Amino acid sequence: MSFKRLTKKTEFYVALILIVFCLIIQARSGQFFTPNNIVDLLRSLTIPMMFAVGEMMVLISGGVDCSFPAIASLSMYFVCTKLDGAFSNPIPYFLVAMALGLCMGAVNGFIVAKYKFPAMIVTLGASSLWIGVMQGILGSSEYPLTFPLYQLGEAKILTGTNPVTGFSSNLPVHFGFAVVLVLIGWFILNKTMLGRGIYAVGGDEVAAARAGFNVFGIRMFIFCFSGAMAGFIGVCRASMMMTVNPNNMIGMEMDVIAACVLGGVSLVGGKGSVIGAILGTALMTLVSNSLILLGIPTVWARVFTGLIIIVGTGVSAVQEKTRKNTLHVAVSDQ
Amino acid sequence: MSKETTAKKPLEMILDNSSARMVALFVVVFIACSLLQGKNFLSPDNFLAMFRQFPEYGLLAIGIGMALIIGGIDLSAVYLANLSSIVAGLFVLRFYHGDGEGGTGIVLASFVVALLIGAIGGILNGVLISGLGIPAMLATLGTQSLFWGFGVVLTGGSTLSGFPKVLGNMINMKFGLFPITIVIFAAAAVITAIIVQKTKLGREMKMYGTNNRATVYSGLNNFKIVVCTHMFSGMLAALSGIIMWGRYSSAKADTGATYTMQAILIAVLGGVSPLGGSGSVTGIVLAVLIIQMLSSLLNMYTFIPNACRQIVWGGLLLVVMIVNYYLDQSKKKRH
Repeated sequence: MSFKRLTKKTEFYVALILIVFCLIIQARSGQFFTPNNIVDLLRSLTIPMMFAVGEMMVLISGGVDCSFPAIASLSMYFVCTKLDGAFSNPIPYFLVAMALGLCMGAVNGFIVAKYKFPAMIVTLGASSLWIGVMQGILGSSEYPLTFPLYQLGEAKILTGTNPVTGFSSNLPVHFGFAVVLVLIGWFILNKTMLGRGIYAVGGDEVAAARAGFNVFGIRMFIFCFSGAMAGFIGVCRASMMMTVNPNNMIGMEMDVIAACVLGGVSLVGGKGSVIGAILGTALMTLVSNSLILLGIPTVWARVFTGLIIIVGTGVSAVQEKTRKNTLHVAVSDQ
Repeated sequence: MSKETTAKKPLEMILDNSSARMVALFVVVFIACSLLQGKNFLSPDNFLAMFRQFPEYGLLAIGIGMALIIGGIDLSAVYLANLSSIVAGLFVLRFYHGDGEGGTGIVLASFVVALLIGAIGGILNGVLISGLGIPAMLATLGTQSLFWGFGVVLTGGSTLSGFPKVLGNMINMKFGLFPITIVIFAAAAVITAIIVQKTKLGREMKMYGTNNRATVYSGLNNFKIVVCTHMFSGMLAALSGIIMWGRYSSAKADTGATYTMQAILIAVLGGVSPLGGSGSVTGIVLAVLIIQMLSSLLNMYTFIPNACRQIVWGGLLLVVMIVNYYLDQSKKKRH
């Protein structure tokens, strides 16, 4: 890819901002490029990054999924409380959670694909439903983590130690899972017919149907995939935190959607890339994690998140507008 | 042809007209509540309690409903309501030096401040959506964070309290049989209904919601339509903020966080199309009353945990959308 083409991509600018931001933090605090800070960042990137891959696929297909934190919380809470001690191996917990997530995702998928309602309102309703089931029927108190998952939470890939301060952080194996999920997402989107179908449905549903894509099937797949992944991520989160907290994922949906859009994933569908979603997530995580290093009081965290969303999406919206206008002029000149 | 000329059955007429559908649903829910919990439900105390509860989220529902009518959404309304009451609260605390007595003038002035903040926040939403072209969902998601964040910064993350007694007295005042909050709600609903149903702006809103490209080609000012709608919706949010502030005599950055979902449910239940372009304030008001009755009914069964309400709201939203879909389908088939 030539450099000129590269500069036309949103991902390029996000990466640029990311690097500049890192350098600013390093210049102000001198603590950025230390092994423990980098490991800490990767650690807090793990969960949002996995969510971003699922959400990005939904967004590319022209929908939006606001219910994945609810699905993740409910499936995680169910397997961790109801199946506590049932298995001696962590894998069945993941499988059951994924199956539950898949079923919940299928409900979303069916309603969105069959009735063509706005996905956002459907998934908001579903989200309320699942959170209600969890808090009202299963209860919403913290619960000790079952042993196999606890053991998994203790496993680490590497340890980053700051040579000056002596602080160290561990990178859990879950980061490896996240990398695998990212690769799966990339593979589906770029190397399979299904992936082409996802882009086609997001770009123009009617055209995709004419071209022979099964629009209903693709939409169903997207939401089922997102749901199953949410179940998996929910268990990952519990095992990473080493405790079962049903409420600390709720509200993440908006940050994840914003991160995807920052990374150039279009909210109307048809456009976006895995690398963009990851970069957007990295930027959001970096901003909320580095305020302390920059010397900004934590009460300002939310204001900064809001500003990042508005500025980031504003820039791409204005770009889109000017692009459309130039296109318009070119056509009318003929 | 012969089918159209024959008189329609009464049931079909009710199902075809969305307002009639709402009235019928209202009556059904009312009768069901009376049958299930007659003694508790029909008591004057319960009615007073219901009247006290619904104006705060009812106003939010009308505001969010307007955003839905123009084909957008407003996720920031609840936090704008809180921010307005926080700024008004700080205004009162800054200029009031009594020991709990007096301060009527300052409190009234602070209401104006709150409405002003609501209007500014709404204009910001409108400018981001129409001026910059950010999709409504993301723009209001950003401002949600922003309003919430400013609320946290201004309060330092805690709850504002220590307001003069007159504030609570004013909001909890009764107007004959009705609490003043009902009067505020009714006035706001009537004004909004007139704007949406009778004025040029209301017509333009619906046209914009149906097709915002067509409005440009017919010479309408899209920017003005969106900004006006969101400004008005912001002021309704501020009004709701004032009521919540007065009811609890305290202001906090994250009061009523579940109201966003509930307000969207109410608007959709009230016949506002989630795709934009149609909807009426009368429908929203009826939906508010229906939701309040159901909420009070659920309260009367003390063994049902509070969180189960979320199941009802979420499930109801999905069911209502699906039922409306089939009713519209069969209506299309008949005509």
